Amino acid sequence: MKVGLFIPCYIDQFFPEVGIATLELLEKQNCEVVFPEKQTCCGQPMANTGMEHQGRKIYSNLAELFTKCEYIVAPSPSCVHHIRSHYDIVDQTPEILHLRKNTYDLVEFLIDILKINHLEASFPYRVGLHQSCHGLRGLHLGKPSELMIDMPSKWNRVLSMVNGIELAELNRMDECCGFGGTFAVAEEAVSVKMGKDRLTDHIANNVEVLTSGDMSCLMHLQGIARRQKSGPRIVHIANILNGTKL
Amino acid sequence: MSEHARKADTFIRDEARTDWHDKALWHVREKRDLSAAQLPEWELLRETASQVKDNVLSNLDNYLLEFEEKAIKNGVHVHWAENAVDHNRIIGEILEKHNAKKIVKSKSMLTEECKLNDFLEARNFEIIDTDLGERIIQMRKEPPSHIVLPAIHIKKEEVGELFHKELGTQKGNSDPTYLTQAARIHLRNKFFEADCAITGVNFAIAETGGVVICTNEGNADMGCHAAPVQIHCMGIEKILPKFEHLGIFTRLLARSATGQPTTIYTSHYHKPRPETEMHIVIVDNGRSEHLGKVDFRDSLKCIRCGACMNTCPIYRRSGGHSYHATIPGPIGAILSPNSNLKQYSDLPFASTLCGSCSDVCPVKINIHEQLYKWRQEIYKNNELTKSKTIPLKIITKIFENPSVFNSLGKLARGSLNHLPRFMIYNGLNTWGKQRELPEAPKESFKQWYKNNKDG
Repeated sequence: MKVGLFIPCYIDQFFPEVGIATLELLEKQNCEVVFPEKQTCCGQPMANTGMEHQGRKIYSNLAELFTKCEYIVAPSPSCVHHIRSHYDIVDQTPEILHLRKNTYDLVEFLIDILKINHLEASFPYRVGLHQSCHGLRGLHLGKPSELMIDMPSKWNRVLSMVNGIELAELNRMDECCGFGGTFAVAEEAVSVKMGKDRLTDHIANNVEVLTSGDMSCLMHLQGIARRQKSGPRIVHIANILNGTKL
Repeated sequence: MSEHARKADTFIRDEARTDWHDKALWHVREKRDLSAAQLPEWELLRETASQVKDNVLSNLDNYLLEFEEKAIKNGVHVHWAENAVDHNRIIGEILEKHNAKKIVKSKSMLTEECKLNDFLEARNFEIIDTDLGERIIQMRKEPPSHIVLPAIHIKKEEVGELFHKELGTQKGNSDPTYLTQAARIHLRNKFFEADCAITGVNFAIAETGGVVICTNEGNADMGCHAAPVQIHCMGIEKILPKFEHLGIFTRLLARSATGQPTTIYTSHYHKPRPETEMHIVIVDNGRSEHLGKVDFRDSLKCIRCGACMNTCPIYRRSGGHSYHATIPGPIGAILSPNSNLKQYSDLPFASTLCGSCSDVCPVKINIHEQLYKWRQEIYKNNELTKSKTIPLKIITKIFENPSVFNSLGKLARGSLNHLPRFMIYNGLNTWGKQRELPEAPKESFKQWYKNNKDG
């Protein structure tokens, strides 16, 4: 199975270990992974600020890179959600349609497409899962607490395949961390307060490692934790699933 | 900084109070979750309510005419107000005709929208808000900070001080039962003296010509049962086609608003009592124009439960007044730009687009998607500040060009690692005010891939 790897801009620049873990994880599952090097960004930063039309060229550039791949996988529910839901403003060429239809978040891909049942990984820590909003309410990787339906969590499912892991219950299981893209700067006071409150919840529940599918949420939470000089270790879910040792 | 961001920043400076506000509203959200979870048909109710409202919005003209016809047959005076000015003028004329000087009003966001109190007070009418929370903020000369819990931002100790000054309660006594009793005695006299009672409307039934008003305090009833003239003010979107549809909405409304199975009072008004007059004022005030905007018309489904405020992580930490609009919170942020895009262009940005509002909404309004769409409208209408557009235009150019992206990325990471701290963390770096930037790795993923995997 030929899988195109999409590594979002900020992961490429600041968190290469997340990209490496994603690549290794997919290769361990016998995927033939290709990484088109001309990729940059999904265009979400402009679009969330109201400038989606500025991003049209970025959308079509990205689509053209992946036409030969059966699936496109990114370790970022937020970018995947943007591609699926908001690439409706450009011409719906075969390339764009292919990209929108076949782009998956890493966890979603492992569960829904590869249908994995076990992982060679161990992570003997008490882990707090930050259910990032675009993964939760955009891709339904878990059940949003507002909805009164049954919806098994793909995050929990895949984490439960890791040996030795203990998942912590949180007081607020799916409150937003306050990152929100340019919101983090435009509404700095609220953004930071939201992040501090998330960290407090994880700390109160004795979380040793805070994880999430979205590195952008983690970058924000990590930034606050490092400034406060307190808080759990912060590790992307791809690294846990790939058997990273702390 | 935008007006919302500035007001939020001020609100959050008192962190203990922010935590108190957040917890008070989160508690309401939790009560909502518990009561919604008790109904196996919850999601079906939401979907049904949403579809009923779709039908209403698509046939609004017919339903309004049917409603008017039935109401007139019932002996009700029906008035049409194109805007807030008309609405206030019509009410003023009714009051003058009856020589009414003292008015009691039960909670109505529409009369807030039309600034009815200011209009009447300027003409020497006495208008008393009779919902306890509304009365508190009226005494404080403040607008409501929440559509269901208008005084949620005020602590009981502050109410104690206020009532000591205004109603002569004991100094330092902030016992809620004691204060409520004092308000009750004060308001009881106002009900007896009133020449006219004004209410909002939760639902107007086209089939019967009747209006339905939901309260927990019975204050709408106290007003209407005692006064010789009653006036009900409703937006055109309050219509339900048939009486049988009402139960869907009353079941959703109270559970979504406060977690109660139903409001304490669900009062139905069909016709005037003998020797009295009943008026209904049907108000457009921009709604029909709003109805024509395909991307935004669904926000007219709103039943004003306030659940999106209680769930919103930003609202809970910035307070209702930070939205500087009649209706605050997520729903306010998509309603307000309809009336004045320039004035409210900051509100669609007061959100992380987390989507909790859309999932909690009892009539399934796609609130966070509309926030996203409003942002696009704001840019198109040149209401986005240059401090946002210029950097993003530059970033767009960088993202369009992979080699520029790669080399600039390398440069930025190098600078982060080598520049002295004061060059990075200063007034220009808003991110870094209370947060560290990520540690910059030596290699980007692309560089790692080139060195380890390529070829």
